[in-house]
Amino acid sequence: MLLEVKDLHAGIDGKEILKGLNLRVNTGEVHAIMGPNGSGKSTLSKVLAGHPSYEVMSGEVLYEGKNLLDLEPDERAREGLFMAFQYPVEVPGVSNSQFLRLAYNEKMKHHGQEELDPLEFNDYLKEKAKIVDMDPSFFKRSVNEGFSGGEKKRNEILQMAVLEPKLAILDETDSGLDIDALRIVAEGVDKLRSSDNAIILVTHYQRLLNFIIPDVVHVLAGGKIVKEGGKELALELEEKGYDWVKAATK
Amino acid sequence: MTPVKQTIYDSAFGQFLAQSREADWLKMLRKAAFAEFSLAGFPAVSSEDWKYTNAAPIAQIGWSVPEPASPTEIDAEVQAFFRDFNFRRNGFAAMHLAFAETVVLRLPKDTSITEPLDLSFASTADSALFPHVIVIAEAGSKAAIVERYHGEGFTNSGVQIIVQDNATLTHYRVQKAASEAFHVGTTEVTLGRGSVYNSTNINLGGAISRHDIDVKFAAEGGEAFVDGLFVLNGTQHADTHSIIDHQVPNCTSHQNYKGVLNDRSRAVFNGKVFVRENASGTDAEQSNKNLLLSNHARVDTKPQLEIFNDDVKCSHGATVGQLEEEELFYVRTRGLPENLARNLLTYGFAEEIINKIEIDSIKNELDEFVLNRLNVKLEA
Repeated sequence: MLLEVKDLHAGIDGKEILKGLNLRVNTGEVHAIMGPNGSGKSTLSKVLAGHPSYEVMSGEVLYEGKNLLDLEPDERAREGLFMAFQYPVEVPGVSNSQFLRLAYNEKMKHHGQEELDPLEFNDYLKEKAKIVDMDPSFFKRSVNEGFSGGEKKRNEILQMAVLEPKLAILDETDSGLDIDALRIVAEGVDKLRSSDNAIILVTHYQRLLNFIIPDVVHVLAGGKIVKEGGKELALELEEKGYDWVKAATK
Repeated sequence: MTPVKQTIYDSAFGQFLAQSREADWLKMLRKAAFAEFSLAGFPAVSSEDWKYTNAAPIAQIGWSVPEPASPTEIDAEVQAFFRDFNFRRNGFAAMHLAFAETVVLRLPKDTSITEPLDLSFASTADSALFPHVIVIAEAGSKAAIVERYHGEGFTNSGVQIIVQDNATLTHYRVQKAASEAFHVGTTEVTLGRGSVYNSTNINLGGAISRHDIDVKFAAEGGEAFVDGLFVLNGTQHADTHSIIDHQVPNCTSHQNYKGVLNDRSRAVFNGKVFVRENASGTDAEQSNKNLLLSNHARVDTKPQLEIFNDDVKCSHGATVGQLEEEELFYVRTRGLPENLARNLLTYGFAEEIINKIEIDSIKNELDEFVLNRLNVKLEA
């Protein structure tokens, strides 16, 4: 088991948002977590990534059998956890290539593997950029600064491609994308899918799942998983709306 | 007013004049300046402009002053500019002019100079240095000058820049004096019609440093960039006082100063932008952002706009703060330990100013300096 969330209660500013969430993810699987606004989707992503403003009230999160909540956000990352942000942050003055090489080398160092010098890394980065059809001119630009919404999301997936996480959580990666950008981003993610990793797609809409077919669909409502099923569940949700699930679980 | 060690400088100035083989007008000017210095003394914290900068550590030392240099030829035009230098702004400026050693740079009309012109000044321990540079960028010229300060002693500089009609002058000022050094400098700039003055003032060194920069639009259509960066640590103190004076219509000024302060360092930014009564069509923006890396660091910032005309576009602002938590979290989620993440973001903050430098050798040198000071290892 790669990730096991057990009876997780968590929230922000003293307000409980996740109210007993359970989730099990194995390597090689793609899970979709769907839910209406305010159901706790983003809270789950942020708690798993270790956002300091979020507080875990009770429950347990095991990652590769170890207590994930004991780890700092950067330790989680070096251990192979990745979150693609719903709103990627701009880092002025730091170029994409500088940033990615630092991140990559921190991970390599942590695993006792060889770090790459700027030239080696540049070649590596060029290869990875093809996955999301990103022009090398973006490497020199400051991280996310002045990027369009679609470019920011592509950049998140490029980071995922570079860091090769064991578990990637994509927090509403489809939000704010037009259909072409969505296709590029989703196809990029699908190319990164492998039997060695797992992906959690956190999304409001079904449309992302046309490109990345999930193994399991979970419906999150009121801070809990209220329904689980195969990929057909997403289509059913799309057709009937979230009220159907809410009504069915009352 | 801090009393001047009269005896020391009186006899030093007397000797200086006696040895000088300069023209009489210049000796007269020096006498006037020295009289002003004797009267004013070193600036005291009781004066508004020196409220946050205590010059006493500089005043307490009996600096040895240089001997007069062999006289340079100064034509009537340059003489007029020289006489214009505002040595009465404070005791340092007066002292400066009394002992100033002059360099004149004339950038010929309608000529582009591709190689940057390098002016480098190094003070030695216990000694004072008084470089005075007059730059005349003649009409239609285009050039870049680099003004650098090094050394362990006391530098008290004065730079006068005249950017004539349709000339473009890029000016980099890099103050990297030793950590025990003192630095006081004045820059006075006048812009002609349709001219561009683009300056970047980097303050990294010195125990106490003070820079006064006055930029004046004398004819329409001028554009000035007056940007700066200070990266300080230990107990360093850096003070910038700037005046941007829109005296005529349709000029544009941009000011962006950034400060990064660690340990117990302290910075002062006082930026006045004047938009005079007839300066309609003025476009002025001013910003001073500061990052405090330690609870003991301190910034006193005062951006001021004084507008006497309605037909203008002006903005100003200042911030003093820590790194954004969201940025820090983002960088950490990519595997960078907290300390590295903080240093990287701080470097990025400073880079906005360094990145505008168009001369690679200087940009790389400053990059390296800032990275070293922040302990970040980055190449590429």
